[in-house]
Amino acid sequence: MSTPIALAFLAASVLFILGIKLLSSPKTARLGNLVAAAGMLIALLATLPLLHGGTGAGVPGLNIMLMVAGIGVGLGVGAVGAYRVKMTAMPQMVALFNGAGGGAAALVAAIEFSTSANAQHASLADAATALSAGQTALASFSAAMLFACLIGAVSFSGSIIAFAKLEGHFDRPLTYPGQQFANAALIALIAALGIALIGSPGVGLLVLFLALALVFGVLMVLPIGGADMPVVISLLNSFTGLAVAADGFAISNLALIIAGTLVGSSGTLLTLSMCKAMNRPVTNVLFGAFGKAVENDATAAETGGSVKPIQADEVALLLSVAQHVVIVPGYGLAVAQAQHQVRQLADELAQLGVEVSFAIHPVAGRMPGHMNVLLAEASVPYEQLIEMAEINPHMERVDVCLVIGANDVVNPAAHEDKSSPIYGMPIIEAEKAGTVIVLKRSMGKGFAGIENRLFVRDNCRMLFGDARASLQELVAAVKAA
Amino acid sequence: MTAEVLTFFIFVLSIFLGFELIFKVPSMLHTPLMSGTNAIHGIILVGGMLTLAGAEGTVERIAGFIAVVLGAANVFGGFMVTDRMLQMFKRRKG
Repeated sequence: MSTPIALAFLAASVLFILGIKLLSSPKTARLGNLVAAAGMLIALLATLPLLHGGTGAGVPGLNIMLMVAGIGVGLGVGAVGAYRVKMTAMPQMVALFNGAGGGAAALVAAIEFSTSANAQHASLADAATALSAGQTALASFSAAMLFACLIGAVSFSGSIIAFAKLEGHFDRPLTYPGQQFANAALIALIAALGIALIGSPGVGLLVLFLALALVFGVLMVLPIGGADMPVVISLLNSFTGLAVAADGFAISNLALIIAGTLVGSSGTLLTLSMCKAMNRPVTNVLFGAFGKAVENDATAAETGGSVKPIQADEVALLLSVAQHVVIVPGYGLAVAQAQHQVRQLADELAQLGVEVSFAIHPVAGRMPGHMNVLLAEASVPYEQLIEMAEINPHMERVDVCLVIGANDVVNPAAHEDKSSPIYGMPIIEAEKAGTVIVLKRSMGKGFAGIENRLFVRDNCRMLFGDARASLQELVAAVKAA
Repeated sequence: MTAEVLTFFIFVLSIFLGFELIFKVPSMLHTPLMSGTNAIHGIILVGGMLTLAGAEGTVERIAGFIAVVLGAANVFGGFMVTDRMLQMFKRRKG
């Protein structure tokens, strides 16, 4: 690689680093994305002079056409996926694009492995004296390629399953007895195949290796609950980063190594941060579905109390005489697409002199930050959104807490019931408010699949109905009050 | 110091750098950050292009083509999704 091209790749890497840095602050986040994109453009342009045909000659015309067509198709799919999809489907799209990257990494590794490894193997068979030194280099090259294949394929199929789960295609995490053993056995088989492949590369074995890796990706993600998908996607994101880095090692491209490693390591920390926000160890999130499928008798008994329904006009009255109202948005708000209605309600209440804030739980919705994006779309001012840790100490002074489509994030079982799957998770302490009004379609359960003790508390009332309709009623009623 | 050792140096430093960059990110930005880094690993498109360029025979060409499509989808889709998510933050500052 000539110096100018190497420097171009360096510039791209620097821009990636700066881009990630800028992405960490709300003020500069948008600029950060543009900076990273500029880096990508430089990297792509720097690749053009590097392109060469199989035998070191010019690139065959057919390959060029395929490349242009391929980039065009990818660009089109990317654009449609990003801009034509509903805002609430953003997390799924991140999963899909991540899977695409994983698939690309696996394919690149597979192709490079089968072409280079075969060629090197053939030449090594003749050079007996250089055999030992050459074999180590070959072995490590092969290992990097196979690692990229494995991780890339796992990320590809895992991401597709994650996409399906977020689209609601799976009701419950799928578990079966002996699942841990089956997964461990599969990993051992894949590892054995990998070692065999290093010794004797063959297309048949490679295809089998890839197929098993794809299967493992599916099996790894299937038992994880829909609510934990953000953690899974973050993990798969870092997997793809590692696969890209491994590819970079094999084709000696520093930009791939640096970019891939940055994503791999930052993605890992991000995954751990998300788990910390849920106060659950990462092992529990990834492997913890087992044994949780059983219903908790303790909670069921505790919620033997009855829920108390309330009508919209009464709620409106409570709201209009309140001084401080806190709204807790949840996934149900996004599903009902009621963000504009809730903004209207907040505005109406503000006109009456009520102080309105939104309490945002770190994992409310489908992804961290989901609620922020949803409310921002409805032009809810940034300053009204308060993080959970900040608002909990003030909940006792709140007159009315309006819980809209949120469930597990306000369930006191997280504090009280040691046998609960959500025990230990920090929650928004809605029950400390004067009155809690819960807007819900029915008595259906949240993601964790458990009963919510909040609903039977003395100060809690249930406003049943679709969030959008209920909120519209409330807005009308508050206007009249 | 061989090229391999130097590459390893860069690899290790990149790991630390990746950690440091994410260290104190507010949870509100977790998703755009995940989306942004997702787009960055789309640099695999470079790998796909290099592989497709040198492809010989139908199998390699098909595989290379798919790799380029997937890589391009990752890159372009990734940056566009991130931009769309972040457009929501833009109005806050204005």
